[in-house]
Amino acid sequence: MAFSSDTHRLRLAVRYVVLCLIAVIFVFPLVFMVVSSLKPDQQLLADTASLRAFLPVGDISLDNYWAAFRRAPVALFVMNSVIITGVTVALSLFFCSTAAFAFVFVNWKGRDLILSIILATLIVPFETIAIPLLLISSKLPWIGLDGVTVGWLNSYRVQIIPFIVDGLTVFLFVQFFKDLPSELIEAARVEGASWFQIYRRIVMPLSGPVLATAAILKFLAMYNQYLWPLMVVQEEGYRPVMVGLQYFFQLNRAWGEIMAYLSLITVPVLAFYLYLQKAFIASIASTGVKG
Amino acid sequence: MASKFLKSNRTGWMMAGPAAVLIGMFVILPFVFAILLSFTNQRLISPNPTEFVGFANYRQLLGVATLTLEPLTDQAGLVQKDATGAVQYPALRGYTRNNPDFPNLVGMREWFSLDWGQSRTFVLARDVVFLKALINTFIFVLIVAPVQGGLALGLALLINQKMRGINLFRAVYFMPVVVSIVVVSLLWRFIYDGNSGLLNNLLSAVSFGAIPRVDWLGNPSTALGSIIAMSIWQAVGFHMVIWLSGLQTISPTLYEAGAIEGASPWQSFRYITWPGLKNTAILVLIVITMQAFAVFAQIDVMTKGGPLDSTQTIVFQAIQRGYGKQDISGGSAISVILFVIVLSISLLQRWITRERS
Repeated sequence: MAFSSDTHRLRLAVRYVVLCLIAVIFVFPLVFMVVSSLKPDQQLLADTASLRAFLPVGDISLDNYWAAFRRAPVALFVMNSVIITGVTVALSLFFCSTAAFAFVFVNWKGRDLILSIILATLIVPFETIAIPLLLISSKLPWIGLDGVTVGWLNSYRVQIIPFIVDGLTVFLFVQFFKDLPSELIEAARVEGASWFQIYRRIVMPLSGPVLATAAILKFLAMYNQYLWPLMVVQEEGYRPVMVGLQYFFQLNRAWGEIMAYLSLITVPVLAFYLYLQKAFIASIASTGVKG
Repeated sequence: MASKFLKSNRTGWMMAGPAAVLIGMFVILPFVFAILLSFTNQRLISPNPTEFVGFANYRQLLGVATLTLEPLTDQAGLVQKDATGAVQYPALRGYTRNNPDFPNLVGMREWFSLDWGQSRTFVLARDVVFLKALINTFIFVLIVAPVQGGLALGLALLINQKMRGINLFRAVYFMPVVVSIVVVSLLWRFIYDGNSGLLNNLLSAVSFGAIPRVDWLGNPSTALGSIIAMSIWQAVGFHMVIWLSGLQTISPTLYEAGAIEGASPWQSFRYITWPGLKNTAILVLIVITMQAFAVFAQIDVMTKGGPLDSTQTIVFQAIQRGYGKQDISGGSAISVILFVIVLSISLLQRWITRERS
């Protein structure tokens, strides 16, 4: 008996060692990023020769962060990203959930056709429509405070409106709504509630999990967007954080500043993720239950 | 199921209408435009009217021809060789520039060549860079799809155990997924750096200096591989989670039955786990393939397609033309080619997996 319990312990220990070694591969580049952001360039480069690369030792300061703020309008980029991401997530949750509600609970002409078209867009990678979408965006009219203008380039709306509705989000809501007990909705209908009341008072309060999933996926996609804002925003005023990175590309290798900027735009997301990691992972997993 | 509910066209269109309009304007319309524009000479801003040009954009991108040449000989009929002993062939320029005998070769350049005994066959292409991009993208997909899918499955099996603290490991493996690929690319530029890069330091430390330093991204033979490795590192956690959700749908009673029958770990994987993961496998494969074909940000941040076009990819080319050179029609044609590839591969994957089940 003692023998088998010893081998059991040994196997357990081996497993933990393997798990830890793999964890090192995933964590150390990120640790290196944050630690390096605190070091002056010369020390940063010297430290890469040893394990000091992963330790906040030596001449530690926030100087790189101040320098990054001086180099580029970092606060503006962060604010733009927060506006674009926040507004898109909110609008997406509303329009995708109302649409899914209509697809699942309401019987109307054209329903099946529209739903299948929306789901078919799942196989269209964004990259294949980016170029014509650029052309369309450059010609779309807009009615604003200064009358009618043509062209959506260099604006918030060009970064928000095309991304409000997407096939995946609609799909997630449709799947979730299908599993809700239909008796609830029927009962509310019998009592004379309007469709919108049913949506707001009955369906939405039950939809916490799918709202979280959809919000997390949209948040990640929007905050990390790169290709689209790169093409449609030339003016500094509307640039999000990922495109703002370009300010740090050409420099004469000020790695400390680059690492500071990378940490600044990444650590809040990582913290948010670690805080809500169960929800994040559940949201990715739920995209996999397509079957 | 919805038939149980009252019919209401007005409500249906009111609630789903905005979504339908948005998808129509920003996905369907550009998709149709991509196809239409690829047959024109549309530019982003142009004084000339747009014209229909048929398949010209596609011919320009995909035009390939071969030309077999005999070695140059001197008066005595001997094969001419240069100082290094390489056999000399007539200059290709003589065939691709204003040669009335070879009108189909005009404007073409050498892509690669093959030797058949004395003669050499040149494969010429109208757009060598695009064809290199096409090949690179296929290499990228052919490596990333099996390796990333396989590693993700391995991690999922490792994580799918009842152990103290296992959730922490799962959270850690997933971490790079929430980090933007742009951030990851810039970070790894430093890791791959030829002088003080972490990778070089690590390799030289473990080999006591035996492994020479490599400029990973600056060397045509290592650049694409380096980008592939980094891409797998960033995204493997995503697919691990999808595998994991597949693993958790397999009933534990099957494993108990297997254990009673005396199944080895490999047998229980082969006959219980793997069949239970069939649907997940199809999904993982299709998702990775679609994502891998769209590779762009890594290239844009790390190499801009270089060195020597060794990391050019389809989407990078589409963006360089459609946006960089404002050649909307050329970029659209590339996008259509990409879509046709992605569509046929996902149909093929579906067909293959259907035949077997």
